[in-house]
Amino acid sequence: MRPVLLIDFGSTFTKVTAVDLSSEEIIGTSSAFTTADSDIGTGLEAALDQLRRAVGELAFEYKLACSSAAGGLRMMVSGLVPELTAEAARLAALGAGARITRVFTHELTRRDLRAIEADPPDIFLMTGGTDGGNRSCMEGNAEKLRSVSPRFPVILAGNRQAADSCEDSLQDFKVIVCPNVMPVFGTLNIEPVQREIRALFLNHIINARGLSRASELLSGILMPTPSAILSAMKLLADGTEREPGIGELMGVDVGGATTDVYSVAAGEPSDINVICKGLNEPYAKRTVEGDIGMRYSASGIVADIGEKWIAQCAGLSESRCEALMDELAADKSKVPSCGQDVLSQFDFALASGAVDIATRRHAGTLEEAYTTSGRVYVQMGKDLSRIRRIVFTGGSLIHAADTLGIARHALFSGRYPMSLRPMKASILRDDRYILSAMGVLAEREKEIALRIIKRELVNLGEIGSDDSL
Amino acid sequence: MEQGNGKKLVIGVIGADVHAVGIRILEFAFREAGFDVTNLGVMVSQEEFIGAAIETDADAIIISSLYGHGELDCRGMRDKMNEAGLEGLLLYVGGNIVVGKQDFVDVEKRFHNMGFDRVFPPGTPPETTIECLKKDLGVE
Repeated sequence: MRPVLLIDFGSTFTKVTAVDLSSEEIIGTSSAFTTADSDIGTGLEAALDQLRRAVGELAFEYKLACSSAAGGLRMMVSGLVPELTAEAARLAALGAGARITRVFTHELTRRDLRAIEADPPDIFLMTGGTDGGNRSCMEGNAEKLRSVSPRFPVILAGNRQAADSCEDSLQDFKVIVCPNVMPVFGTLNIEPVQREIRALFLNHIINARGLSRASELLSGILMPTPSAILSAMKLLADGTEREPGIGELMGVDVGGATTDVYSVAAGEPSDINVICKGLNEPYAKRTVEGDIGMRYSASGIVADIGEKWIAQCAGLSESRCEALMDELAADKSKVPSCGQDVLSQFDFALASGAVDIATRRHAGTLEEAYTTSGRVYVQMGKDLSRIRRIVFTGGSLIHAADTLGIARHALFSGRYPMSLRPMKASILRDDRYILSAMGVLAEREKEIALRIIKRELVNLGEIGSDDSL
Repeated sequence: MEQGNGKKLVIGVIGADVHAVGIRILEFAFREAGFDVTNLGVMVSQEEFIGAAIETDADAIIISSLYGHGELDCRGMRDKMNEAGLEGLLLYVGGNIVVGKQDFVDVEKRFHNMGFDRVFPPGTPPETTIECLKKDLGVE
């Protein structure tokens, strides 16, 4: 037996997964409640105690971890044009597992600087201009940022001609110069920035975030949890040289405060009559909806999709739904009791709404246009209509009675015919919540992690799009 | 290919126009003449031209239109550029930019009034545009 330990430090729970590398099996999992103010080690000890009681004492070969504790990796990004370099910077930071607290476009103002000082980020990603293009934006912003305190690491990933002078302006900061996120107009190059973000997270942020005690217990790797999940999704889709993946896929994680959507797919048009516009989005893409979640952001779901939709989906009256919303607002830890109570019906509707909204915001869109040579379609973002697998993770989806009913809302819908979501897909459920752990394990043991993911995800069967709602 | 002249152009076909070949030829010709070209392709909106010009710090925007609706598509372009901080940026248009056969002197006047610096009639060879660009941008 070669046991290793994988830890997921969350903001409310610390989850541990013990894996035996020789049998390639999960030995056990457990989780313990952690509070924001208690030391991160306390939650870990509690989770390990539980694990010990369940499977006995284990001598771990190594311990690796991912973390979204203490607010996760908080980043601010700046760019020039909102849909161009600012969007490229946003996509880069999201894909690296960050929580983006602000996106700045064009030049920073005094108010922006005050906002930065009031709530300083862990990392500031500064972009603007293509290589050889605009340099005044980055140069001006760097000059303005120099007076801001406290100091935080700044990644410069805009016009390469601007890097030198920006570096001079930001002498008192830890500055990392990276290749441009948009070196040529419309082309993304975000991997180098993402590598730097992860390196900074490992070497600098964990100390600042009170995770230093935990880091002493670990054997090196510590990554932001969303980055671990994206890495697991990518491994599952692409496979390795010796172990095949399952092909292009989507992933959905509905949490209490936010909803994450992942896609590992090229997203190219499925028809020759389609013209692509906008940035060519990354192959492994992550989006986060900060206003969509089951508890802290339940009101965001209702605000977007409407009370009527939620009531209809839950099979309850609108006034009953309103009362339930008030109850949830008062007590965010409320969970449905076993069986068919009213709250579980309501939660079904909230989760369905969250999946519907978040996947629509993630997927690309088509727009019809009439030209002298006939009708054409303009595609923005990724075409995910041919994706045939969707992975669902996160408590509200794993424990739901009718996951397939919720999952249906990630598919193409006649209500939104221009949203390029999958036409039909097999639904894979992460029942033991192992994706983040496997994403971390993949840093050392790609093939073992992949085989465990393939075995552990539960295939609930294939569903097709349903236009009844 | 000539040595690059350091001048940056943003080019594209405006509106719901899908004529894809000509703009490639222009891209090639401008590159050969030493310009740094960002080709936005077909069905380009005014906002896309402007966004690309800002990020690439372009020296000129060159709009092509072949399907006759150029006049509608180009309306307000100069105002939008002014709003976006691109005051005074060189702006050309060329192709079959109006409906039907019209007197070009009249057409040119209308586009000048819309803020276009130069207006090129159908059948203009790339060399003519290149010559004008070099003159207006002070190349050579």
